[in-house]
Amino acid sequence: MDTVLDIEHLSTHFNTEEGVVRAVDDVSLRVRQGEIVCIVGESGSGKSITAMSVMGLVEAPAGQVVGGSIAFRGEDLLKLGRNELRTVRGNEIAMIFQEPMTSLNPVLRIGEQLMEPLMEHRKMSKKAARKRAIELIGEVGISRAEQIADSYPHELSGGMLQRIMIAIAISCDPKLLIADEPTTALDVTIQAQILDMLRRFKEESGMSILLITHDLGVVAEMADYVVVMYAGKVVEEGEVVALFENPQHPYTQGLLKSKPIINQRQDELYSIPGQVPNPLELVPSCYFHDRCAHCMDICRTTEPALKETANRQKVACWLYEEANPHV
Amino acid sequence: MSTIHGEGTAALPSPKPKPVYTSLWRQSFRRLIKNKLAVLGFVVVAFMFAACFIGPLFSPYTDNKINMAFMNKAPSLKHWLGTDALGRDVLTRVLQAGRISLTVGLASMVLSVFVGSLLGVIAGYYRGIADQIIMRLADLLLTIPSLPLLFILGALLSEWKVPTEYRMYIVMLMLSIVGWPSLARMVRGQMLSLREREYMQATVVLGLRDRRKLFNHLLPNLVPLLIVIATLNIGGAILYESVLSYFGLGVMAPTPTWGNMIDAANNMIDFQDHPWLWIPPGFSIFATVIAINIFGDGLRDVLDPKQKR
Amino acid sequence: MSEPKQPLLEVNGLKKYFPIKSGLFGRTTGNVKAVDDISFTIRQGETFGLVGESGSGKSTVGRTILRLTDKTDGKVKFKGVDLYDLPPQELRRLRPKMQLIFQDPYSSLNPRVRIGDAIGEALLDHGLAPREEIRDRVMEVLNACGLSSYHIDRFPHEFSGGQRQRVGIARALVLNPDLIIADEPVSALDVSIQAQIINLFRKMQDTQGLTYLFISHDLSVVEHLCSHIGVMYLGSMMETASRDELFRNPLHPYTRALLSAVPIPIPKLKRERIVLSGELPNPADPPSGCKFHTRCPFAVARCREEVPLFRNVGNDHSVACHLV
Repeated sequence: MDTVLDIEHLSTHFNTEEGVVRAVDDVSLRVRQGEIVCIVGESGSGKSITAMSVMGLVEAPAGQVVGGSIAFRGEDLLKLGRNELRTVRGNEIAMIFQEPMTSLNPVLRIGEQLMEPLMEHRKMSKKAARKRAIELIGEVGISRAEQIADSYPHELSGGMLQRIMIAIAISCDPKLLIADEPTTALDVTIQAQILDMLRRFKEESGMSILLITHDLGVVAEMADYVVVMYAGKVVEEGEVVALFENPQHPYTQGLLKSKPIINQRQDELYSIPGQVPNPLELVPSCYFHDRCAHCMDICRTTEPALKETANRQKVACWLYEEANPHV
Repeated sequence: MSTIHGEGTAALPSPKPKPVYTSLWRQSFRRLIKNKLAVLGFVVVAFMFAACFIGPLFSPYTDNKINMAFMNKAPSLKHWLGTDALGRDVLTRVLQAGRISLTVGLASMVLSVFVGSLLGVIAGYYRGIADQIIMRLADLLLTIPSLPLLFILGALLSEWKVPTEYRMYIVMLMLSIVGWPSLARMVRGQMLSLREREYMQATVVLGLRDRRKLFNHLLPNLVPLLIVIATLNIGGAILYESVLSYFGLGVMAPTPTWGNMIDAANNMIDFQDHPWLWIPPGFSIFATVIAINIFGDGLRDVLDPKQKR
Repeated sequence: MSEPKQPLLEVNGLKKYFPIKSGLFGRTTGNVKAVDDISFTIRQGETFGLVGESGSGKSTVGRTILRLTDKTDGKVKFKGVDLYDLPPQELRRLRPKMQLIFQDPYSSLNPRVRIGDAIGEALLDHGLAPREEIRDRVMEVLNACGLSSYHIDRFPHEFSGGQRQRVGIARALVLNPDLIIADEPVSALDVSIQAQIINLFRKMQDTQGLTYLFISHDLSVVEHLCSHIGVMYLGSMMETASRDELFRNPLHPYTRALLSAVPIPIPKLKRERIVLSGELPNPADPPSGCKFHTRCPFAVARCREEVPLFRNVGNDHSVACHLV
């Protein structure tokens, strides 16, 4: 399989009044062709910022990509100029967001917003673009496509708008779709429809998907490969089945155990104690150490590196270091 | 690992106890002093106030004595900003005028903030008929452009031959009549939006008394907005006062204000040959109003980030 | 478990319509039937889970019970007293006994009120504790909710979302309520924090004998926490049953679709999924007959015409569907 997206040592920092937040801290990940890679993490883990960095949506002076490379089909996106980036963005890489309402322009009709990228990137005529727009609306499972094309965003429900967003995203046959919590704002029955649809498009077009989510259920259903992030770092990654069956990082283990699962009742849920560390107060250490049941001295002082422990599974934890006397 | 329960979080290593409990006020203050422009604005305003209220104490020319021998003298070491047509020291006059202008601005602000916020709170909290009456009255006043209204009122003052020593107070009243409606409207809007906040619904569920809802929950959230409006209001009031006095409809000579000092230099000869007569009061108005607005905008940014224009 | 417990909350034929106004004179041209004839009973010590998607009216049920918004019709009895018959002062006096926990831990705490005051002020207003004891009571409840005593003088912005939710729970618990209505209390929280809060709810029920009305869209959370469950769709109750009964034998097609749509964190788990077509209908113009028929994979002609009765099918299991 070809690598579509290859992020190496990406670091994105934000300057706040209180200091520099290392939102994404030396993150490397790879998305191959036709693969769904899920970045899973809680709020503040840096999963969305990673995606925004890829899209060039981190805006100075608030935030800045300070290091690393983002290679899309061999070309470093960070080295592209504004115009070159624009031809990649929305054309070869598309993105959908959590809130479809805020990503659509409220004063433009749905059809016009769909036609825009077609005319811009595909150089279609207005007429052809409209025809294609209506086809696309049908493809994302909306009936009465003509009528919907002439309506405004506020006239549609959240689920419909997310479908429209997907239609816009796939309109130029992207090689990579970045979906940032695409179903978090939606009801479960609608979520199921949207996820099914994303999977179907992936099968049909062979595009890759970088899916960002906090929902382990969604990960299990969608992912081929999972990257777990915590406090701006990748703590574990691996193929989905292996990772869910044999999570190695204590954080991943805790996360999987703390989610109630239908038809698997427990008296008390496992819960990871404490909370995500303040990003401004991080010192070299395993950032999970103060919530970890296996915390050792070294965890408090030295950052563990991401090491391969099994086939395609990597973990950043001192428990798995060979030098660690506990193993 | 399985020994960790939910209760285990009681001992959760939450951030170490900070030495001070940072209230939103303290936080806002810290943010404000990081805003260089706002600090500059504040320094200028503070300097103006200090200069106007303390400065004349050190001036040997405070008696306003007419000295024909020193008519229209250009700035010199003796008279830093020269003298006017009656031989009075311009610097001293500008500072004394500043006392009046700043006092008028400050007092009319206090008055209009008091009236405006009281009526706004009543309208927004109790709604119903009180709201209707107050807001229609405010609407009525808002439909009349302020400046013509002030001109009419000023002209009436002259018509009724109001003694000059009282005119200053009446001008304050006039300015607050013009100032309160927009203020009341903003306060009412804020009250209406605060009422709908979830934490206000929480006070209903908790069964709190009306008094506590109003004084402990609503008003503290209103104060930041009031501070911002009040600050910006001073600038407006100073401008209006200057305009009125310039047209001879506000505070009248011999009581100096920045406005009527410029008016006194309102002829071709003074304009061209005696710029020290009108530049100092003009610059004072300009600097004070700009500084207040910059400071007010800075305050708005830290106190009331959602209300950006 | 088997002794018959007293009903604590009885909701009978509750309706809440929001008028749609239009035109120059604001004439009422229709109603959004947010809650349309809902009945259920919660007994002492039970946890009743009210499940539904957005627009189902589940939150409005909670708010109408607490008289945060007025009902259109129906009865809400708390300990045998109809809350809508009470004059304002008596209602206010009763309020500490029924508390609400909000979804959004950010907007439900006043940013300018210290945590200690937010928790203690209702005690003071209701005269439930002498002034000098209030601080101790607040510290006690803070500790019980997994916060520390030194948090008492902090402001909300110094807390994380999970901690704020603990404050919200402490604010309700300090009043020693009988009923707690929790409106999506964990859906704004991260997974690891969610588990902490769910455990806290559990613990408080065990130690204080609380009764919960737990409103949520998340079936896995509801299953974990609730003894009885009601499923709402477009303002109507579709199915109610005990938890075990509902999960073992879901009867309504909507319940089954909902259950099958919840993503389960087990990869490669093959499940039979009932995929619903289409979107939620406009609540201002709900479908005729069974409100669910437009999306129901099993709908027949009768479903379009006739409103199904909400009836008990035995085993304390009630369902509104023609096909059952």
